[in-house]
Amino acid sequence: MNPDEVIVSEIEKAFPEAIEEVSEFRGERTLYIRKADLKSVCQFLRDQQSLQYNFLTDICADDMLPEFPRFAVNYQLYSIPRNHRIRLRVRVEDPEDGPETVGSIWAIGTWLEMEVWDLMGVRFKGNTSLRRLFLPEDWQGFPLRKDYPLGYEEVQFSFNFDEINAKKPHATKD
Amino acid sequence: MGVEQKLGNLGVVTYRLEDLVNWGRTNAMWPILFGLACCAIEMMGSQAASYDASRFGMELNRPSPRQSDLMIVAGRVTRKMAPVVRRLYDQMPEPKWVIAMGDCASCGGVFNNYAIVQGVDEIIPVDVYVGGCPPRPEALLDGIMSLHEKIRNEKLGDWA
Amino acid sequence: MTLSAGGDAIQELTLEELRNKVGTGMEIEDAEEHMLLSMGPQHPSTHGVLRLLVELDGETVVNLAPDIGFLHTGIEKNMEAKTFTKALVMTDRMDYLSPMSNNLGYILAVEKLLGVEATPRAQAIRVILTEMQRVASHLVWLGTSALDLAAMSVFLYCFREREYILDVFEMVAGHRMMVSYFRPGGLWRDVPEEFETAVRQFLDFMPAKIADYEALLKNNPIFLGRAKGVGVISAEDAISWGLTGGSLRGSGVNYDVRKANPYSGYEQYDFDVPLETDGDVYARYRVRMEEMRQSLRIIEQALNKLPDGPIQIDNRKIVPPPRAELGRSMEAVIHHFKLWTEGFNAPEGFVYQAIESPRGEFGVYLRGNGGSKPARVHFRAPSYVNLAALPKLSKNLFVADVVAIIGSIDIVLGEIDR
Ligand code: SF4
Repeated sequence: MNPDEVIVSEIEKAFPEAIEEVSEFRGERTLYIRKADLKSVCQFLRDQQSLQYNFLTDICADDMLPEFPRFAVNYQLYSIPRNHRIRLRVRVEDPEDGPETVGSIWAIGTWLEMEVWDLMGVRFKGNTSLRRLFLPEDWQGFPLRKDYPLGYEEVQFSFNFDEINAKKPHATKD
Repeated sequence: MGVEQKLGNLGVVTYRLEDLVNWGRTNAMWPILFGLACCAIEMMGSQAASYDASRFGMELNRPSPRQSDLMIVAGRVTRKMAPVVRRLYDQMPEPKWVIAMGDCASCGGVFNNYAIVQGVDEIIPVDVYVGGCPPRPEALLDGIMSLHEKIRNEKLGDWA
Repeated sequence: MTLSAGGDAIQELTLEELRNKVGTGMEIEDAEEHMLLSMGPQHPSTHGVLRLLVELDGETVVNLAPDIGFLHTGIEKNMEAKTFTKALVMTDRMDYLSPMSNNLGYILAVEKLLGVEATPRAQAIRVILTEMQRVASHLVWLGTSALDLAAMSVFLYCFREREYILDVFEMVAGHRMMVSYFRPGGLWRDVPEEFETAVRQFLDFMPAKIADYEALLKNNPIFLGRAKGVGVISAEDAISWGLTGGSLRGSGVNYDVRKANPYSGYEQYDFDVPLETDGDVYARYRVRMEEMRQSLRIIEQALNKLPDGPIQIDNRKIVPPPRAELGRSMEAVIHHFKLWTEGFNAPEGFVYQAIESPRGEFGVYLRGNGGSKPARVHFRAPSYVNLAALPKLSKNLFVADVVAIIGSIDIVLGEIDR
């Protein structure tokens, strides 16, 4: 049995309800996991002797607007002993009510979740360190969401130089 | 006294104070050790062996703003960094000059988005803009030369 | 006690709050006598605009929290507003010590999404250039981290050799740093004739130079004293904290993406993955020094069997037609026009592509939605992840050791903040 199938059957044995869907694209297997089961599945994947996904590579959130549920969180797992990668994907409807934190399973989880919270605004249950990380403390909104504007400013050329110059702030020595 | 015996009579040299001071300022300019992004790597490159900025009296980078008179803004200034840059600038003693190194510091460069200040001249006054992404070390040295040129033409009346 | 540095955007912070940050929360006795120190964002040895909040007991670090984001550029968001090819220029500016590796990671992800693979010649040239980039990046790392440990001359030598590598890059790509040379489906153009001689020359002189750097540091008691036994992390912790690259292999974990999931034809080359077991600053230093030698080996092999042939695939929907065709064929003009105005469309779906950048596993998550712009790009930045272990590494050490540790985990702020 190839490793992709092993993992599916093992999870199904332990958590019959957890896998919502399995998809494959360009040779990469993605398991859609039910949000409530995520933490226990992660724990299982790390501790089970036949799986040993001991390396959490990345957590990354995706804004699927206009789809529903709107958000999805990806967990890229890697097993160093077995040299195998797998992606868990959790669909999140309400960003304030995100998946549970995996910080207690892989130490890096907390830190990766902080990035997701700061830029995409998905709150992880049980992670107490969530705060503004990249952006100033008083920043409003989450820039990576699709409904957040890019913040493009008009570019100054010679034909509109004066017009924009009048709008632009100019620094002085004091 | 020692020197006179060796060199003979030095006599008197007359010179305009303005030029003398400006000459002194150009040849011992200490930039603040302050790199922001990619451009800072080229700034380091210009101080390292191949380009050797010390030829122009600039090898000494001071980590403290209080000891420096030139700020090379080498890189993109973000909204979070902007107050810090301004504060560093305010801490530098007069006279002080600013070089905006690279496209990002000059005008925002390729990053026209929510996070980047579109040109550092929105927060601090800039004397010389150096274009390029990143500018080659030669370009930075040329910018420094232009700044020297500018300083040499400064007038006594403007110092205050 | 509150502390504020750098103006309004920087938060005021109490010791209590500091302890709650980054999972370093712990009970501390005698907290009255502790001091809060803010290192950065403008600090000579934080390698950029990193700010560290350090709680000190005398000179011992009790607690430490990195405050990042002073270089947050919004690259991930900005790439969504550009076509796949145009977004490439943004990746150069992320990890600015290794633009080639960033390009490669992103381009491989795009190619994976499109389901195409570059030609053998393009792949071999990509390998040569990224390995040269690895050497160049390690040279900057070596120079700056030795500078932090008071060995100034190493810095000057390292930058001298780096200039040579940059000259080669300029020869192939027209730019020293921001190359954007790898394109979806191949390369921008073929390498010039002198490329091979230039690289051979580099292979000739480089081993002796690496030996020189080692000679400068190996017997330097100050360097050894500050590097040996400092910032130790065990293999198990290193895995749990997600360290990659030299920082992971310094702890004895054999994980290198080039070996584990070969990309761009790495499986053809014969090289070793250097390992050390001590897990301290010195071990990480040794690993990276050895990595430079292995890179030279790879470059030599790739150069020896550099295949002839096209540098781009033949798919005109992805790769622009050669200049000469534009005058003759209407079809070529149409393809060219379409590619440069609208770009190519990528299918719906998402991929993750990992490569071994000089700093560790650099991963790209890319989602296409059928259009010509990426719907979501996310980078697994090795520096960002490695930085998370800093509080753990520097606990109960001196402030001066923190400087050595920052140097040894080899972070680039542009990549951390993106
Ligand atoms: S101008 Fe270019 S090289 Fe300089 S900081 Fe901006 S992006 Fe980096």
